[in-house]
Amino acid sequence: MLEAKDKEILKILERDAKIKSEKIATMVGLSPAEVTAKIKELEDKGIIVQYKTIIDWEKAGEEVVYAFIEVKVTPERDVGFDAVAKRIYKFPEVHSLYLLSGTYDLSVVVEGKSMKEIAYFVAEKLATLDNIQGTVSHFILKKYKIDGKVLEPEEEDKRLAVTP
Amino acid sequence: MLKRNGFVSKAVQDIPPSGIRKFFDLITTIKDVISLGIGEPDFVTPWHIRDMAIYSLEQGYTSYTSNAGLIELRQGISEHLFNNYGLQYSPQDEILITVGVSEGLDLALRAIINPGDEVIIPEPCYVSYKPCTIFAGGKPVVIPTDADTGFKITPRQVEEAITDRTKALLLSYPSNPTGATMSKEELMKIANVVAKYNLLVISDEIYSRFTYDMPPTSFVSLAGMKERTILLNGFSKAYAMTGWRIGYAAGNKEIIAAMTKIHQYTMLCASIISQKAAIEALRNGKSAVEEMYNEYNQRRRVIVRGLNEIGLKCQMPGGAFYVFPSIKTTGLTSEAFAEKLLFEEKVAVVPGTAFGDCGEGYIRCSYATSLEKIEEALERMGKFVRNLLNKV
Repeated sequence: MLEAKDKEILKILERDAKIKSEKIATMVGLSPAEVTAKIKELEDKGIIVQYKTIIDWEKAGEEVVYAFIEVKVTPERDVGFDAVAKRIYKFPEVHSLYLLSGTYDLSVVVEGKSMKEIAYFVAEKLATLDNIQGTVSHFILKKYKIDGKVLEPEEEDKRLAVTP
Repeated sequence: MLKRNGFVSKAVQDIPPSGIRKFFDLITTIKDVISLGIGEPDFVTPWHIRDMAIYSLEQGYTSYTSNAGLIELRQGISEHLFNNYGLQYSPQDEILITVGVSEGLDLALRAIINPGDEVIIPEPCYVSYKPCTIFAGGKPVVIPTDADTGFKITPRQVEEAITDRTKALLLSYPSNPTGATMSKEELMKIANVVAKYNLLVISDEIYSRFTYDMPPTSFVSLAGMKERTILLNGFSKAYAMTGWRIGYAAGNKEIIAAMTKIHQYTMLCASIISQKAAIEALRNGKSAVEEMYNEYNQRRRVIVRGLNEIGLKCQMPGGAFYVFPSIKTTGLTSEAFAEKLLFEEKVAVVPGTAFGDCGEGYIRCSYATSLEKIEEALERMGKFVRNLLNKV
């Protein structure tokens, strides 16, 4: 079980991976050394998996296309979904992969330079794998919110400048 | 031509305009100000609460409610009080829905004061306490407090302020503007004096949800105090709902009935949309409040540390979202400090004197502002104070 302070540190880092440990220390009421030690421990335990950056590639002028691919799978004896999942996530085109409950089994997020490239990947690589019964592709048209972060500019402060 | 001062009542004329108002007019003349002067959450009301209000409008909830407010909301508040303090308030006749604590305060004072009755008010305090007491025909008796005692009152101070005209004691912890809180033990000593002199207590606990270092103590939960306390609370601060104007009063039947009588003839009822939203806030608002609480708590530590590093001595306040640092080392009055800081560094703070004479030598800084802005403000204030002290 994590301590409350560990959780608080994780929440701060989840929002801003670049924040300095001195600042975290003040925010949570610990010393900088304690915070550094805690973060190290959380990294070592694999609780902090990676520090990443959310990038709006569209704004950077790069052409990036994402698609959600619903995949229906016949699970294998003994290994279930894991073996086929492994075969799928090894492709560098696969951005994320989830096992879901419901009408289909795997949700594959595929990243590509164009719709054509993704369509090709699905038709040639994904759909042809053993155990795959069928796929349905959904291309992402617009991103509104990624990992808790809304991409539109923030709403302005509507409060008066001074109130009692 | 109207004669000057011809129509406005003397009672109103005699009350000076709010010190905050004066400062507000000044700020609006300047651009790109970072304001630490805002006495309300920087969060927008959680979406599920706003959504419920929209849904209520769609369903056609646009009418009056009963004077006391929607029974569902009063039941919700009754449960909330029971879960938090283990006290039974009857939704039927011991809870009144008000238009914010502001109305609750006005009703409470008007319901209890006979002309000339005295109300003991610890200062620095919220700007309305004294004027509302006077409007109600009462006489405010101030207990001044300062940083040395953590802006808390002592039983002795209360006893010394009591006369045979004393009717009530007005308490507000956590405090706006100082952020001071009082522990259960400290409040119990005050309760003893209250019982001994047969006083009534009006307890404004609007900031109770933001009590950081210990669980909040409601004055009504102290032995023997429920019967003689008018509890005022609301949704503005905990759920970031200031603009909805929705609060409540809880107390004994007789006083709630008296307050309801005034409310029925003056306000009629609180807005039904706000009442619907408040029901949703009580039902499903817990996690949103928790998140805001954690964020305020982090900012609190950042701003207290920052102010002390600048040289503006500042205690760690136990509640609300205000700090009340001393500016005495600068040699400036609170008002001069706030004005100069605004003009030179474009940071708005509120002079401590807006909250009572004993607020001289202090400023109120609100940390209901993003961490980034707080840090920027601290930087500017640091520069400002360094410049001031170097000149001397």
